[in-house]
This record gives sequence, C-alpha cells and structure tokens, in this order.
Amino acid sequence: MVPIATTAMAESTEVKTGVLTEDTAAEKEATFEFGKKEKILITDPLLDNNPITIQVLGVCSALAVTSLVYPSLVMAVAVTFVTAFSSLATSLMRNIIPKAVRLIVQLVIIATLVTLVNEALKVLAFPVYKQLSVYIGLIITNCIVMGRLEAFAMANKPWRSFLDGIGNGLGYGLILVAVGVVRELFGKGSLFAGSGIALNIIGPSSDSTKYLINTTAESGIGSFFGWYANNNLMVLPAAAMFVIAVFIWLQRSYNTKLVDIS
Amino acid sequence: MGDFLNIFIKSAFIENMVLAYFLGMCSFLAVSKTLSTASGLGLAVIFVLGVTMPINWIINEYVLIPADLEFLRFILFIAVIASTVQLVEMVLEKFSPGLYAALGIFLPLITVNCAILGGSLFMVSREYNLSESVAFGLGGGFGWFLAIIALAAIRERIRYSNVPPALRGLGMAFLITGLMGIAFLSLTGIDPAVFAGWHPTPAE
Repeated sequence: MVPIATTAMAESTEVKTGVLTEDTAAEKEATFEFGKKEKILITDPLLDNNPITIQVLGVCSALAVTSLVYPSLVMAVAVTFVTAFSSLATSLMRNIIPKAVRLIVQLVIIATLVTLVNEALKVLAFPVYKQLSVYIGLIITNCIVMGRLEAFAMANKPWRSFLDGIGNGLGYGLILVAVGVVRELFGKGSLFAGSGIALNIIGPSSDSTKYLINTTAESGIGSFFGWYANNNLMVLPAAAMFVIAVFIWLQRSYNTKLVDIS
Repeated sequence: MGDFLNIFIKSAFIENMVLAYFLGMCSFLAVSKTLSTASGLGLAVIFVLGVTMPINWIINEYVLIPADLEFLRFILFIAVIASTVQLVEMVLEKFSPGLYAALGIFLPLITVNCAILGGSLFMVSREYNLSESVAFGLGGGFGWFLAIIALAAIRERIRYSNVPPALRGLGMAFLITGLMGIAFLSLTGIDPAVFAGWHPTPAE
C-alpha cells in the first residue's frame, strides 16, 4: 500500500512541478511584505467582515465560554493560534492536496494543532483548561477555522493566508472578549476573575473582597448605588445570545450596507 | 432500561445540546430559514450522532485507553466522524436515493457540526458506558432536531413581522434562540428517574 501511495504522490508532484516553480518564484517576490493589501487582511475581519457577527462562523464556542473574561481571552488566543497556523500549513500544501480528500486533510491539520493547544493548556493553565473542558477540543469543528481554510488558504499564498488566519482569529477574539466583559461585569461585578489580575469592579464590599465601586448602602464612594445587585441573567448561557444580538444590531444600524435583505 | 430512558430524556430536553451547551450553532443558525431543510438536517444529525457515538466509545475504550494514547483522541474522533459521514453518504446514495436526495446536501455539513464531536467529547468526560452513550447520542440528536425545527418554524412566521431592519435575519435568530434557551431552562432540576419512580431518591 505505502509504496504505491508514495509513487502516486511523487507523480502528482512531478506533474505539477511546472506550476510549483512558477508559484514559488512569485512567492519569493511577495514573501513577508506587509503593505496596504496585507493590512486589510488583518483589519477587515475585525469589523466589516467579522467572523461571528457577519460570517456567522464559530458561534458555538463564542457563546459557551464567555461568562468570564479570562477563559474568553484564553480561548481567543487558542483559536487565533489554530487559525493562523492551519491556514499557513494548508496554504503551503494547497497544490499537493487532492481535491477529493481535502476536507479530511484539513481536519487532520486542525486536529493536530488543537491537540498541541490542548496539551499546552493542560500544562500552563490547568484551572482554565478545566473550565473550558470540551470547548478546546471543539476548536476542531469551529467553523471559522475550516471556513477560512476553504475560502482563503486553499487559493492564496502562505504569508497572506497566515495573515488572514490571524485577522480572523483576532476578529473572533474581539467579539469573544467583548461579550465576556459585558457578561462578567454585569453578571458578577468583576473582571478577569480567576486570573492573576482579577479586578472587583462593582458590588457590596466586605472584609475579604474590596470592590472599586462599593454598593453597601451605609458607606463607600458608591453608596448611592445601594440598589445595585448583580444581574444573574448575564451568567446564564442565553445572555450571550442577547449580547451578540445587540452587537449585531448596533453594527448593522451603523453600517446599513450589512443589513440582511432576504 | 431506566438509565437508557433517563439519559435520553435528559439529553433531549433538560441538557439540550443547542439550547444549554450551544453545540452545532453554526449550522443551527445557517440552515434554519425554512422548516423543510431544517428537519432534513435535524434527521441527519440524529442519525450521525447515533452511529458515531458507539463507534467512538469502542475506539476510546478498547484502543486509546489500553494503549495510553489519549492525546490522539481528537484526531481519531474527527477521523471517525468524517469517514462515517462519507460512508453514510455513499450507502444512502446506493440503497436509498430518496433519503439521499433529502439529506444529501446536509451530510457534508455535519462533519463540522460541533454537536457531533461535542457529543463524543462529553461522552468521554462524563464516563458513559456503551448503552448510555447510545442513549446520549440519540437523545442529544433528538433534542437538536427539536430545537432546529422550532427555530425554523418561528423564523418562517417572523418573516411577516415588522422587525427593525438591522435586526432582520441573523439578529432575530440570535434573540429567538436566547429566549428558547431561557424557556428550556425551566426544565432544569427535573430528574426523570425520580419522576418515573426508577430510583426511590434523587441520585446524588
């Protein structure tokens, strides 16, 4: 089996060598440039072509992990890593991947990277790893990774694909962290809980915890906030849907070109 | 049998895949514009979840754990899912062209439906046995099916409503799913086993 497969592979690369050399020559000229065109690859997915609010890719994990900011941040970094390097790897191999099995090849590339992230997180940040549980593994089926491989990396040069991966990872991370901030601030009154720089923003201060805005009725700078209580709705998973819906609403009201006509 | 039904009901209603864990959201939002396509995708999800879950259980229990290769779990699980979907597609095309025509376009989509891989990963982390994982697969798939046809039906109706332009389509889909999630929350805490008298006291 194996020799046949390798000769077949060698043949297919031989057939394509002509194409490949042209390609690599062109690549050498364009390698590592960072001009206007490349900058768009990073900035466009942040707002106007955001993976979550516009392309509707990768929503699953965006909703499940965002009740706190810190896990959202870790997730954003993990996904950016996976999108960037899977785009790079796929783009490097795009001329030798047979069309019929390309989905499986892409899945193996992604699964390998996700396994790396999973093992790294297990060592570096075990509490967050526990908190994210199956959602780390689910980066594999996060549509944003495969979506970008299919839509961009299979048809573009490695450096551009790498930048596109980073851009989309960041666009995804931006929404994730924004949702996390809203949910944690209004749901728990804190920010970055569970990390080294946990901040307590608003809530009733006691001896053990000190909040920036103290809402105990008797004392503190924010004593007029005595009526304030944390909104438990924000901790529920459904709140993520509402927060993202509001983001979509704001974004499409601001940029009416994005409105869904159908 | 009690455990089987218990897990089926739990995974279908109380811990619904979409509304409680947000698995398979991408295709849930993208393919819920009309009722007929939504039910096609829903059926395909039930089928693939029910088939891949026991296969992945056997691989995990008899290959990965004895060989101490658990770090390969992601790659093997996704390979099983991708090849099962491919296989199912080919078998359906040959033996049941009608069903193939109905499900055909949705089958490839299912490979990257997080509900399928998520189901297998939950099965591992919750340490289900073989029959429990079959129940979890079928129940989870059924819950997913219910959720997507409910959303599709609501979206078909809401097309005639006067929604603010910026919220049309995607924005409303998010809001409706959120409300459905809250509605399903009212089922938390129900223990079907106690309710039906399979266990005399609540399981700890």
